[in-house]
Amino acid sequence: MSTLSEQLLHRIRDAHKRREMTWWERTYLPAIAQGLWLTSRHFWRNLFLHIAHRVGLFRDVPAAVTIQYPDQQRQMAPRLRTRHRLTKRADGTPRCVACMMCETVCPARCIYIVAGEHPDPNVEKVPKSFDIDLGKCVYCGYCVEACPEDAIRMDTQRHDIAAYSRDGMWLDIKELLNPGSKQFGEPPEKFVQLPPPPSR
Amino acid sequence: MMVELAIKLGVCALVLGGVLNFAGMQTWLERKQSALMQDRIGANRAYFTIPWWLGGLPVNWILRKLGGLGILNAIADILKLLTKEDLIPEKGNRFLHTLAPLLSVFFALMAFCAIPIGPTVHLWGRDIPLQVANVNAGLLFVLALGSIGVYGVILAGMVSGNNLSTLGGLRASSQMISYEIALGISLIGAIIWYGTLDLQLMIERQGTYLLGGWLPHWGVVVQPLGCLIFMTAALAHTKRVPFDLPEAEPEIIGYFTEYSGMKFGLFFLTDFVEVVLVSALTTVLFFGGWQVPYLAPDGFYFPWGAFVPVSHLGYVIWGLVSFTVKVTAFIWFFMLIRWTLPRFRYDQLMHLGWKILFPLSLLNIAATSVIAVATR
Ligand code: SF4
Ligand code: SF4
Repeated sequence: MSTLSEQLLHRIRDAHKRREMTWWERTYLPAIAQGLWLTSRHFWRNLFLHIAHRVGLFRDVPAAVTIQYPDQQRQMAPRLRTRHRLTKRADGTPRCVACMMCETVCPARCIYIVAGEHPDPNVEKVPKSFDIDLGKCVYCGYCVEACPEDAIRMDTQRHDIAAYSRDGMWLDIKELLNPGSKQFGEPPEKFVQLPPPPSR
Repeated sequence: MMVELAIKLGVCALVLGGVLNFAGMQTWLERKQSALMQDRIGANRAYFTIPWWLGGLPVNWILRKLGGLGILNAIADILKLLTKEDLIPEKGNRFLHTLAPLLSVFFALMAFCAIPIGPTVHLWGRDIPLQVANVNAGLLFVLALGSIGVYGVILAGMVSGNNLSTLGGLRASSQMISYEIALGISLIGAIIWYGTLDLQLMIERQGTYLLGGWLPHWGVVVQPLGCLIFMTAALAHTKRVPFDLPEAEPEIIGYFTEYSGMKFGLFFLTDFVEVVLVSALTTVLFFGGWQVPYLAPDGFYFPWGAFVPVSHLGYVIWGLVSFTVKVTAFIWFFMLIRWTLPRFRYDQLMHLGWKILFPLSLLNIAATSVIAVATR
């Protein structure tokens, strides 16, 4: 037994060897009836499910494919390139060594790094400020691939940005280290600097 | 005299209120039904709250629930249409531009005059027909008003001062000619069979039974072809998909392009009123009107011999409910078609109207006449 949709698919695949329609088919009545049957089946099924959901039955069978966006978030694939973050060392300082690889590779030229000195001579450098202009970023992920220190990643699962100005779309180093802490729409802050890391 | 007037006004209010509510709720039905058919949720975000000193929490709770069902979107629509700027194009004719939507909705509503919504009520020694005007050629009256209604559409296209609107109006007129003939002729079979043009009488004659009392003598049973043709042509009459060539919002531009605000709303209302009208007509002509199967004025006579008595008031209520249910079912069905079938092309519509429906309806008349003469 094949389902109706399978039959329809089959028909679409065989469309190139289209035969003459019979007299009955040419009235279009069977096709119309089939279409009405399909849509009304969806209608009654979804109506039943919506009512059942109201009284707490069949909660695991969805009645609609809609994701009610601001209230419900879509589950993203983990490999999706979403908004950037900077990873941290064990002591909470950024892993980034301000090597400028990402700034150099960035095709949109939207990364702005100001390097500073790290007290640890083995680390040498640390970014004093690290800004990304999301208004320009094309989410290509080259910055992640270029980074020799695994210091920048695009896995925050955040992708919704809305701001009242282009300047409002800048991510500063504080936001990059703690994704989600910045409220978009706040007055823009560029080149925010972290306090220098404590010397050991 | 005054009492009679009051009774008439009451019946008018019942019919008009019913029709306008049905038409208004169709905006909700349209949104929600299409959503359910397409596995969506549909409108559910419009709601408002009232201040606590006006009823407060319980009312707001109900409003919240209604908003979740999308019913308050209808109110939002109306508010939006009423507060929108009313634009009349410079090249248009101010008077006719305003007249067109009024004409269109007026004739659509007028047609309900002749439609009986229930059996005659015997109350306080009076016979109160549940019908606004007892026109003895009711069917012709309805069809005539239906055809005049198209003038509003054509006028709207002509006086907008916009060539594309004019084309939309012309499409409406040619569409009207190609389906209206089939619409009228498909009904002649029913007229021959029931031997009357009076809609109330027609419904009463559908109250008999065939096949030893099992099968109601409804129009759809004795006039299946006529019913099919009528429903197809009636769909074209409502100017909705798959026959929405006159308006065709998405791509080819329709007759009401130059209308905004409530004037546009009136055209929209006309469409919905016409859906109610053709649903009511289909019910009256082919599905027994307000008749409930096996219900006679004094009770249910079931074909297996059982009898359940029903009071006169009960009979009237059964009739009204039956009519409402049937009309609702047809509105649902027309909505189902509207969201299932794609639009006809212009030439396909002409082909359907002139080369298929018209000959078929002639065939229907011939067949019905032969059978009617042979059986009487
Ligand atoms: S994702 Fe691409 S465009 Fe965006 S910051 Fe990284 S390198 Fe630049
Ligand atoms: S490539 Fe990595 S380590 Fe180098 S500046 Fe960019 S984030 Fe820092």
